[in-house]
Amino acid sequence: MDGGLVLIQLLNGIQLGVLLFLVAAGLTLVFGIMDFVNLAHGALYMVGAFFCATLTLYFGSFLLAIAIALPATFLVGYLTEILVVRHLYRRDHLDQVLATFGLILVFDTLVHMIWGPQGLSINLPQAVTGRVDLFGIAEFPVYRLLIIIAGLLVAVGLFLVITRTRVGMLVRAGASNPSMIGALGVNIRKLFRYVFAFGAMLAGFGGMIVAPITQARIGMGNDVLLIAFVVIIIGGIGSIRGAFIAALVVGLIDTMGRAFLDDIMAAFLSSTAAENAAPALSAMLVYILMAAILYFRPQGLFPPKVR
Amino acid sequence: MIRKSALAAALLTFAAQPALADSVKIGFVTTLTTPAAVIGNDMKNAVELAVEHLGGKMGDLDIEMILEDDAFRPEVGRQKVDKLVKSDDVDFVAGFIWSHVLLASLKTATDAGKFLISSNAGPSEIAGELCHENFFSTSWQNDQTPMAMGEVLNRQGLSKVYLMAPNYAAGTDMLAGVESTFKGEVVGRDLTRWGADAQLDFSAELAKVEPSGAEALFVFYPGAAGGAFIKQYQQSGLAEKVPLFSVFTVDALSLPRLQEAGLDAVIGTQHTQQWSPDLPFEQNQKFVSAFKEKYGTYPSYYAAQSYDAIYLIDSAVRAVGGDLDNMDGMREAMLKADYPSTRGPYTYGKNHFPIANFYLREVVVDDAGVWTVKTVETVFENHQDLHVGKCNM
Repeated sequence: MDGGLVLIQLLNGIQLGVLLFLVAAGLTLVFGIMDFVNLAHGALYMVGAFFCATLTLYFGSFLLAIAIALPATFLVGYLTEILVVRHLYRRDHLDQVLATFGLILVFDTLVHMIWGPQGLSINLPQAVTGRVDLFGIAEFPVYRLLIIIAGLLVAVGLFLVITRTRVGMLVRAGASNPSMIGALGVNIRKLFRYVFAFGAMLAGFGGMIVAPITQARIGMGNDVLLIAFVVIIIGGIGSIRGAFIAALVVGLIDTMGRAFLDDIMAAFLSSTAAENAAPALSAMLVYILMAAILYFRPQGLFPPKVR
Repeated sequence: MIRKSALAAALLTFAAQPALADSVKIGFVTTLTTPAAVIGNDMKNAVELAVEHLGGKMGDLDIEMILEDDAFRPEVGRQKVDKLVKSDDVDFVAGFIWSHVLLASLKTATDAGKFLISSNAGPSEIAGELCHENFFSTSWQNDQTPMAMGEVLNRQGLSKVYLMAPNYAAGTDMLAGVESTFKGEVVGRDLTRWGADAQLDFSAELAKVEPSGAEALFVFYPGAAGGAFIKQYQQSGLAEKVPLFSVFTVDALSLPRLQEAGLDAVIGTQHTQQWSPDLPFEQNQKFVSAFKEKYGTYPSYYAAQSYDAIYLIDSAVRAVGGDLDNMDGMREAMLKADYPSTRGPYTYGKNHFPIANFYLREVVVDDAGVWTVKTVETVFENHQDLHVGKCNM
């Protein structure tokens, strides 16, 4: 097991982590501030991917496609909030789960109707198809490195907005005590709407940047959503910092598990047993961690200050 | 009062059932939703083409084709077969892309006394302990194609191979098949998550290939996963270092998308298959050119196998003169495999799986600039699967 392999897998894990962060950030804000369980968040990840893929094929430029798809996904999130979500804030979490589950089905079927069942595949832009040399010991695809950088920039940007701007202050106050800031005269409806749409745009951005690696396909958001919920539970609901750290941890555990668990297990099990058990166990690791957090520190690693 | 006359009317309609059917009903189960629908569509196209070429009739009977979607899930496939045999009362159940769907559905069809023709899935259990007299395959047993690949690796002098496949019945069968004939060393083995939310990002596994010292990478990734895999294989730079060998990953369905994406690392890669669009048999040439003309693309092996399934059924129906109650007669006819198959003439083993040739194919660019496959050499002649010994028929 050489250093080059470990370095590559670390980077793969971080890349998965920042992708999870993009989805988890919006989810944690919506859950934390509006106390709204949004199962349809993954659907917006999918919608962003499809918008971007279609526009890339139309314009031939990935960057231009992202530039247009971002506000388009923001708009979809905005409309979803106005049409469906805003009626559900006062309702029980279970009602919200039911409604947003219905939204998943609606989005999946709409995508199926518009784009067909087989999904969309796009290439990487030619400029980023190469590999970069890392300290002479390993090679890593340029595009994945860019994903890491983009994700980190988004994280830093979000951090600055949340801690240094007035809007961010409202968001933090909303996460601590939503009714109080309403009483203080802040237009809470508008705040919620923009937070929801912004979260949708972030999730969509996640879908957009993953599309050239795999593909845009129906239901791609549902799997990511499950992990995103695990991330925000581990990180602490309502906390961006928690979402970031938990996303990195989860991304690393999942990737390192898939990369090295079969070798580790082969050390004390027969190799066939290790090979059959390792994929199952590495898929479970993340949930085991979540269970441990729920047991030892149920509020998450970095919960926002209590209301 | 009303109930009594309704009951009487119902009884009368049952009494008035015709004794001889005027149509042969075929229930075709495939995947028409989820990203894997691209395969189901190809099979559907092939089946419709076969019905067209047969003039809509098998002998004197009209063909009634009922297409059902298994949504890539065994429980859904089983439910659909249940509906086909009970409420639609089909005469033949056919189709089945996926081994796990077939395994879940077989008993439902055979318990109802219907024939089941698999035009793709070939799990080892059905070739062995679960073999049934009413089951026929027009494809292969899962192990055979990768066994041919193991032999190819031996012939090319490759001694260290890295294996990757999805973690389900067919995935493990494929790897077992390669390992049974390959004489070199397996330096790595990864089973990745499969299902409707399959793992499509193989970066972690691909990163392990080169450090393992592998001289060849063997994969099995059917459907959409194949496209994603090849993309990442090229993007990671592995394409320049470790040659790719595969089964059921590169085919007429994935090649157009790979060509669109400009993933030329796939050109020159080799894989094994029991059929190829350039096989010289007359039925095959007719099938391939008609398919290209009607649908604009090369047919895949899924399509060829489905086309064969319809012709196999046709041979049985005509052999008994349309008397669909004569199960023994139809079975005897099908056992002879006496129909024009796109893979050429073959025979059936005791477990009703074909004993046929397997070929090495390579991805090439045809004269029109379309990426397709061509036959390189015959790997196995009249090859029979290894599980027939466990079949007690």
